Amino acid sequence: MREVLLSAKKLTKRFGGLAAVNEVSVDLWRDRIHAVIGPNGAGKSTLTNLLSGDLPPTSGQITLGGHDVTGGSPEAISRQGLGRSYQKTNIFPPFTVWENVRLAAQSRDAQQPWNPLRWLGRATNSATANARAERAIELAGLQARRNTVSGAASHGEQRQLEIAMTLATEPQVLLLDEPLAGMGVAEAERMVELLLQLKKDHAMLLVEHDIDAIFTLADHLTVMVNGTVIASGLPADIRADRGVQAAYLGEDH
Amino acid sequence: MIKANLETLPRSIQFVLALGAVALAAFPFVGTDFYTQMVTRMMILGIFAMSLDLLQGVTGLVSLGHAAYFGLAGYALAFLTPAGEAVSLWWTLPLAVLASGLAALIIGFFVVRTHGIYFIMVTMAFAQMVFFLFFDNKALGGSDGIYINFKPEATLFDLENKRVFYYFTLACLLGVYAFLRHLLWSPFGRALSGIRVNEHRMRAMGFGTFGYKLTAFTLAGALAGLAGYLWGAQTGYVNPELMGFHMSAHAIMMVILGGMGNFAGAIVGAFAFEYVLHAFKDLPAIGAFNTGKHWQLWMGLFIVAVVILAPRGLLGLTGRFLNRKEAGDA
Amino acid sequence: MDLANFLIQILNSVQYGLLLFMLAAGLTLIFGIMGVVNLAHGSFYMLGAYLAYSLSGLFGSLTLAILGGAVLSVLFGLALEWLLFRHFYKRDHLDQVLLTFGLIYIFEEVRSMLWGDDVHGVTIPDFLGASIALTDTLSYPVYRLFMSGVCVVLAIGLYLLISKTRLGMKIRAGAFNRDMTESLGINIKLIHAIVFALGVALATVAGMIAAPISSVYPNMGSQVLIMCFVVVVIGGIGSVRGALISALLVGLVDTFGKVLLPQVSGMLVYMLMAAVLLWKPEGLFKQ
Repeated sequence: MREVLLSAKKLTKRFGGLAAVNEVSVDLWRDRIHAVIGPNGAGKSTLTNLLSGDLPPTSGQITLGGHDVTGGSPEAISRQGLGRSYQKTNIFPPFTVWENVRLAAQSRDAQQPWNPLRWLGRATNSATANARAERAIELAGLQARRNTVSGAASHGEQRQLEIAMTLATEPQVLLLDEPLAGMGVAEAERMVELLLQLKKDHAMLLVEHDIDAIFTLADHLTVMVNGTVIASGLPADIRADRGVQAAYLGEDH
Repeated sequence: MIKANLETLPRSIQFVLALGAVALAAFPFVGTDFYTQMVTRMMILGIFAMSLDLLQGVTGLVSLGHAAYFGLAGYALAFLTPAGEAVSLWWTLPLAVLASGLAALIIGFFVVRTHGIYFIMVTMAFAQMVFFLFFDNKALGGSDGIYINFKPEATLFDLENKRVFYYFTLACLLGVYAFLRHLLWSPFGRALSGIRVNEHRMRAMGFGTFGYKLTAFTLAGALAGLAGYLWGAQTGYVNPELMGFHMSAHAIMMVILGGMGNFAGAIVGAFAFEYVLHAFKDLPAIGAFNTGKHWQLWMGLFIVAVVILAPRGLLGLTGRFLNRKEAGDA
Repeated sequence: MDLANFLIQILNSVQYGLLLFMLAAGLTLIFGIMGVVNLAHGSFYMLGAYLAYSLSGLFGSLTLAILGGAVLSVLFGLALEWLLFRHFYKRDHLDQVLLTFGLIYIFEEVRSMLWGDDVHGVTIPDFLGASIALTDTLSYPVYRLFMSGVCVVLAIGLYLLISKTRLGMKIRAGAFNRDMTESLGINIKLIHAIVFALGVALATVAGMIAAPISSVYPNMGSQVLIMCFVVVVIGGIGSVRGALISALLVGLVDTFGKVLLPQVSGMLVYMLMAAVLLWKPEGLFKQ
């Protein structure tokens, strides 16, 4: 049963006179990977920031899990069930791998900073948070490295940690910004496997430059150039499209 | 990003701190009244510094106006104490702490929405506002301040006795330390540390960071109030300087000097700072040059030296020497 | 309040606001371009006032004193930047706060050692000593108009420098993207030194021209510093235009506040700041 978990309609973001994202509409369904590709400056990062709440749209609407979250804060959108990983690794370097993921998982426990009961008891005693964190660490394959200080971990491990932290908040919708960035062949293969495994339970938006991975993973493909969608549909159709080939795929394929 | 030192204190340092606590407990029996009072004052400043450490070392918020909450509680005691008799400790202390906490909550509401350098500037601005409120108004004591003629009445023990006051302060010091250490490892404390390291990611993960920061700000203000109340009770005198910019900057210095983020450093820093300050003021004259009079110059040079040479403070220096686990300098 | 009084208060507001602008412009430029906060900025203002006192005694003329002081302050600014500040551009704000707080102590004490702690006056030069009659009983001092005039000239000069000259373009480029500017062969270190010295000079000259009106006394630096911070917060860090509008606003609120609501006048400016923060937490004209 395919349900639309996130729906963005005619999203526009203007900076001064420039429209970085211009009337872009995107739908994300469970058990489907929707990939967004395009040259640098196409507006992919801006689109991701709009969907995650990091930037407020100039116009347009975002519906998440049936709720209108247009203009919502990043924390509000996260609580509605959206998880996002970053192109530029965005972790907590002084904390261990385990603590990074545990903290992410803690976000799903009751948040009452005012409540003195939350000032007592060790954070690491929360069974619920620990269970979520364990699951995320397992999925990301980081069990062996859980006690490594994350700032000292390898680049590939840090990218895995990015995903683990996103998964630990148990989102329904995943926005993945270049998860394969800077990865070696073996690591990239592992990541692709993981993403396919995650597909079943999530609706996923994938921003990537790795064309081969895109065509392995994507069920639906959107091509952006200069802030606008120039093509959107099945990967095979897009691949054959002359206009897209000229604008972006070029000699890559 | 503000780096915190040694959240988990290595065993060697824990041992040294335990020794320190024993030394503090024994001190009144070996020291004279004068030194007992001096150490009491240092302990009060230790509480003040710990409260700032919660804000600065743990949450990463550099406040240049923390003294406002310190001074306010002292003034609260001054207003509550009539000219001719003592008031009860048991309701004035909580009330003063509450007053400071409330002020921190109100000011925090405006201030916590700012970031970085703005936060530093607005905390300073609001503290100056409080300073001038008292400085300019005779009704609130004006620039002369207010005297507190009688120490609070505790019935169970006599705070007019210097040793008793010392032990009461020591109990507060240890109590606040234990509370804050506990808080550091609680879900609330972990969230604050996360905010210090990467607030953006915390929000992306669903934490309402404004609420956390405001709570930390309020709690820090309340604890500063506890210190301020004790200061007023001990010295018997409050004036606007207690809420001033110099006092706030001194507090920052204490926290930095000892090493941030673990509360023990704040206590060490408070002691060290007060010691250095008095050492400079008591410098003997060299010939005709009145060295002690120019303590501000020595203090200024000292501060500059610390910033350049030991930015992670005394515990940081020892920590770097002893501890290999602290690899997080990413 | 009748028209003449109103006019006087407006003139006072503008004069105070423009003076604050001189200080705030330096502070906001130094922060906007080099990212360093300087709590000792008020000390430069104090230094200016004491220089005005000494140099006008030495030269026998306030005008010469101001010119001499301006040159000295540029040299001082360059030296301070080279010795100390340039090593702190990349440090934590916390370290900068502490460093500059230490400097405040040092400057205060050096001032005390060189000039003592007494209050001094600086005489207004004769040719500026007159007053313009507004009504039969009220007149406005020419010197205050001179002060505003100097500030306006400097403000225009600053504007022209930043938006119309090549140096200004390099400064703006450096603020926008340091690495790129460097790779274009522009000497970013020199730019930073110039901006810093400019900031110091503006603050010092402000102190010099204010000296006859405000007198020369020990705490003048810290008093003006806090107002300066409020102006920068309201205006938005890095925005010189914001600093100007904000400074005039603060000048108006403070001046009229003292006249109309004296009991709360001390708090009014902070309430203004609080209100602005609720609406725009990064100031009115944040870059």
